[in-house]
Amino acid sequence: MANQTALHGKHLEAGAKMVDFFGWDMPINYGSQIEEHHAVRRDAGMFDVSHMTIVDLKGAQTRAFLRYLLANDVAKLTVPGKALYSGMLNEAGGVIDDLIVYFLQEDFFRLVVNSATREKDLAHINNEAKAFDVTVTERPEFAMIAVQGPNAKAKVANLLTAEQQAAVAGMKPFFGVQAGDLFIATTGYTGEDGYEIALPNEQAADFWQKLLDAGVAPAGLGARDTLRLEAGMNLYGQDMDETVSPLAANMGWTIAWAPEDRNFIGRKALEQHKAEGTFKLVGLVMEAKGVLRHGQRVVVEGGEGEITSGTFSPTLGYSIAMARVPATVGDVAEVDIRGKMVPVNVVKPAFVRMGKKVI
Amino acid sequence: MSSIPNTLKYASSHEWARDDGNGIYTVGITEHAQGLLGDMVFVELPEVGDSVTQGDDCAVAESVKAASDIYAPLSGEIVEVNEALADSPELVNSNPYEDGWMFKIKVSDTAELSALLDAEGYKNSIDE
Repeated sequence: MANQTALHGKHLEAGAKMVDFFGWDMPINYGSQIEEHHAVRRDAGMFDVSHMTIVDLKGAQTRAFLRYLLANDVAKLTVPGKALYSGMLNEAGGVIDDLIVYFLQEDFFRLVVNSATREKDLAHINNEAKAFDVTVTERPEFAMIAVQGPNAKAKVANLLTAEQQAAVAGMKPFFGVQAGDLFIATTGYTGEDGYEIALPNEQAADFWQKLLDAGVAPAGLGARDTLRLEAGMNLYGQDMDETVSPLAANMGWTIAWAPEDRNFIGRKALEQHKAEGTFKLVGLVMEAKGVLRHGQRVVVEGGEGEITSGTFSPTLGYSIAMARVPATVGDVAEVDIRGKMVPVNVVKPAFVRMGKKVI
Repeated sequence: MSSIPNTLKYASSHEWARDDGNGIYTVGITEHAQGLLGDMVFVELPEVGDSVTQGDDCAVAESVKAASDIYAPLSGEIVEVNEALADSPELVNSNPYEDGWMFKIKVSDTAELSALLDAEGYKNSIDE
């Protein structure tokens, strides 16, 4: 029996097409994935992301623990509520998972990790936490709703109390705040403005309905994938995994090399990857007809690579992809689409942000 | 439950064929198939004048989700293709049995029709 989120009934009520997503019965779309995609780019859409795993870390040494556990450095988090994106690496410098960490109090940090990697993440975190006397608590009693789009915040505001509105007023990107029963964060996976809101399971269906009534369009995993790919955001398991260096996954910016005396899991291996050089993750754009897909072979200057994620971009009207290729790559490449070599342009892996083309 | 008109013949690979008279059959994909594929973004059609063989792939439907081969349900010559799909591939989703048709075949051997399913047979094959 597949896991169901607190919003499962709302999805069925809306006629969603449900699919298995790593053991969770989740909506892939509510009719048209492309219309859901446009709703997020142009107005406001919402995703049930309750399958994601919230893990609370408590203890006096939590910050020291996270400075060892993560490749990015939580020393950057000086203001309560501030969040950071990071890879969690193994000793070989491969990516166990990518996650967001929130600094709530000096002895209290919150992680949001992927659902597909939940078990290995928890095992790894628990194992490493022992030496720091940090308590690791999963929070399955919370549902999570991502409300995203240019009008998302305004539509959510109607549902908030005066105190909650005050708590989020002027909140900058990548912050989270507990406001009454809601944990409201200015994060997302779409490249648009908006919130990710964690709330008690028993309040989730009612909150979802109020968002529907406020004109927020429900959007499924299909639209979530095309939106994140347009935004140039990685999908764990597809664009990187335990066999891939973050340097070969466009995650170099998430590695905090300084201070040099900070030891974190995977650091030694990463230094070696850096010295030896790695493949790199680039963006591909194909304006000709057709769709770039995961697994297709990419021929570039100096060698060959592979598409990690590819799709039709509803915003741009043509196909885009992320591909891992030799670092010798130039401005153009060729993709093997069912035996036919098709020319594509090579760009930085970010295509659309805040509703606008960025390539 | 998706619509499966009684007036059409079906291939188990989800194409439908409609008898337009004079040996001409119009071909498209079923409502069930478009639902599986999701939003259509490109349809690569054969060329008028191409000859096709029953069961061979002759078109490609690209949806947001996947590229899917379309097989000729009958052998013959392509006499017309649905040009409207170039600008509006979503017609395959919104109206798979009418505006979303893909191509027309001048059939060379009507005996091949016996290899196709009727509505009931197709319904059973997709287990709805």
